[in-house]
Amino acid sequence: MATAVMTTLDPKSRSAARGMSDLTIRNLFIIPTIVFLIVFNIFPLIYSLGYSFTDFRASSPAAANFVGLQNYRELLNDPFIWSNFAITAKYVIVSVVGQVIVGFGVALLLNRDIPLKGLLTTLLLLPMMLSMAVVGLFWKLLYDPSFGIINYTLGLGSFEWLSNPDMALYAVAITDIWMWSPFVMLLSLAGLSAVPKHLYEAAAIDRAGSFYTFFRITLPLVAPILMIAIIFRTMEAFKTFDLAYILTSQPTTEVISIRLYKMAFQEWQTGRSCALAYIVLIMILAITNIYVKYLNKVKER
Amino acid sequence: MRKTMTSMLAGIGLVLACGTSVYAQDKELTIFWAEWDPANYLQELVNLYEAESGVKVTVETTPWSDFQTKAFTEFNAKGSAYDMVVGDSQWIGAASEAGHYVDLTDFFNKHNLKEVMAPATVKYYAEYPSNSGKYWSIPAEGDAVGWSYRKDWFEDPKEMEAFKAKYGYDLGVPKDWKQLRDIAEFFHRPDEKRYGVAIYTDNSYDALVMGVENAIFSFGGELGDYATYKVDGIINSEQNVKALEAYKELYSFTPPGWAKAFFIEDNQAITENLAAMSMNYFAFFPALINEASNPNAKVTGFFANPPGPNGDQFAALGGQGISVISYSQNQEEAMKFLEWFIKDETQKKWAELGGYTASAKVLESPEFQNATPYNKAFYETMFKVKDFWATPEYAELLIQMNQRVYPYITGNQGTAKEVLDALAADWNATFKKYNRVK
Repeated sequence: MATAVMTTLDPKSRSAARGMSDLTIRNLFIIPTIVFLIVFNIFPLIYSLGYSFTDFRASSPAAANFVGLQNYRELLNDPFIWSNFAITAKYVIVSVVGQVIVGFGVALLLNRDIPLKGLLTTLLLLPMMLSMAVVGLFWKLLYDPSFGIINYTLGLGSFEWLSNPDMALYAVAITDIWMWSPFVMLLSLAGLSAVPKHLYEAAAIDRAGSFYTFFRITLPLVAPILMIAIIFRTMEAFKTFDLAYILTSQPTTEVISIRLYKMAFQEWQTGRSCALAYIVLIMILAITNIYVKYLNKVKER
Repeated sequence: MRKTMTSMLAGIGLVLACGTSVYAQDKELTIFWAEWDPANYLQELVNLYEAESGVKVTVETTPWSDFQTKAFTEFNAKGSAYDMVVGDSQWIGAASEAGHYVDLTDFFNKHNLKEVMAPATVKYYAEYPSNSGKYWSIPAEGDAVGWSYRKDWFEDPKEMEAFKAKYGYDLGVPKDWKQLRDIAEFFHRPDEKRYGVAIYTDNSYDALVMGVENAIFSFGGELGDYATYKVDGIINSEQNVKALEAYKELYSFTPPGWAKAFFIEDNQAITENLAAMSMNYFAFFPALINEASNPNAKVTGFFANPPGPNGDQFAALGGQGISVISYSQNQEEAMKFLEWFIKDETQKKWAELGGYTASAKVLESPEFQNATPYNKAFYETMFKVKDFWATPEYAELLIQMNQRVYPYITGNQGTAKEVLDALAADWNATFKKYNRVK
């Protein structure tokens, strides 16, 4: 049946003109992709689910023993793990809120006729094109209390950004905001430029204030695309690793992925780390689902 | 057609034959180690082996921060990328029990290495389990924690006078931890951008723990009973509480932003005129007497970790032994290399190049002890060293210690007693989990 549908597709299509049937396309492109996904994504995913119920250690030749829900039970009862989750949540909130405010603000500024707008936009996009590790290393220098340019410029003396346990997480979040606000800006800019001009004209005729125009016209129309940016950034911030790992080793910045890395590759508790990875996966799925539901609601409006 | 086939086959055969013979001549060995100066010295040393035997030896390195992860990932995958590894002393339990290292007991006994190498290096780098007579590596790079200091600051007459007036004794190389603390306090002048002391605080691997161990061992404490796995009353003993408090106090005399410091930062404290004294492994001292890397080379002095309040004097052990990896396809060749490596001439050359030989004969020679300003302190220290747990679950123990101790030292959380009691409970739970204790 499926084959019949595929072969009767539009004979004027480009692939048909090239002499490639839909079947050939399926065999050539789709099947290898699916096989690749199954072998490298789905299979390890299911395999690791199995491991999460065992005491398997990749560093030991000893056979894995089935331990049931013990890994999950112990992880969810571990106060250190909960503190890692709390740190991650705090980081996600600070970082994503910061990126939305900065990114959307810059997009609003750029969404008007200004000279060199193209060049300015391109320059503003540079941070997100850099590698995380590089950004981490040079922000470490910028934050340095003895010779860092940030303290020098702001006149903060030898303020300790990364060594101060209360400040370190914010310092990492500021770096993340610097790096990823351009992403929110780019998407917001696309949304802003799609808002029909006549709506603003009508508002101007009705003598609507700029505050009213922003909350009644701009924000509702940009909201769906802004939500997409927020979903992406939340998922990324939730699994952040590089920046926090490179910038500081404060326990107050030990986000869940750093704990997971240590558990899996320093302690070699493979079974338990699989269980933790699943807990993280379920949390990300749940958060994303809430967002997507909200996104659909926003779209319906 | 037949003729073509025959000639083709002959051609393939010839290529294969040439390939095999080329392969036989070009035997290669790869040694895996961390990225630091001693690895460069080792590369220079093994170049001599290539000149002698024709076997090319490459020392492959990776940064310290992922040395352990990379090595064990390769071991766990039973990979043959490396033939030998200069592995950290605390890996020996994990690597030997999992079958990653070749048993070198026969080799050890045949060459009487127990006598040839310094006793502490045999105990901590080679033997596992403790006192079992089973050996898994050849002590290669002896190392321990020592101290460097600014001789010009110490010998400044004005400073000496002010110090004596304040503390009632002469300013000089600290004779115990109390003096170490006083001197750190004395030189700690944030207004002048001069600070008292540089210590290890990085908690991503073993830096902070090694630093704390220097205090614990010299205060007469222990981490636990390595034979029975008993920790309660040992890790949280009265001495250890005092030692941890002393280490925390030293942290208050460090330069600003000193919460992730390891060997690079601690050497910088001397080269950048930041601190009066700096803790570091002896392996990093060659850079401090080199004027190209230390503008203060001429005025930098060295001393061994001072004794604690009861006169006990110990230091945290660093250093590594060289082991043959079970999955190597060149084990025979690797053993030949080790036979060359343990020769007296090779060990002497190794020391000359900058490597810290573990050979007792070389260490004891006046030639070695006078070669650098710190060799004598190194020789003395190597007979007073203690190490962290070497059990297969050492990484969990290390992370637990970091988790408990780091917030106390750098973030003022809890008291030393609370921290060590909690650590004793963590370690007990871990040993129970692996059935070490009931």
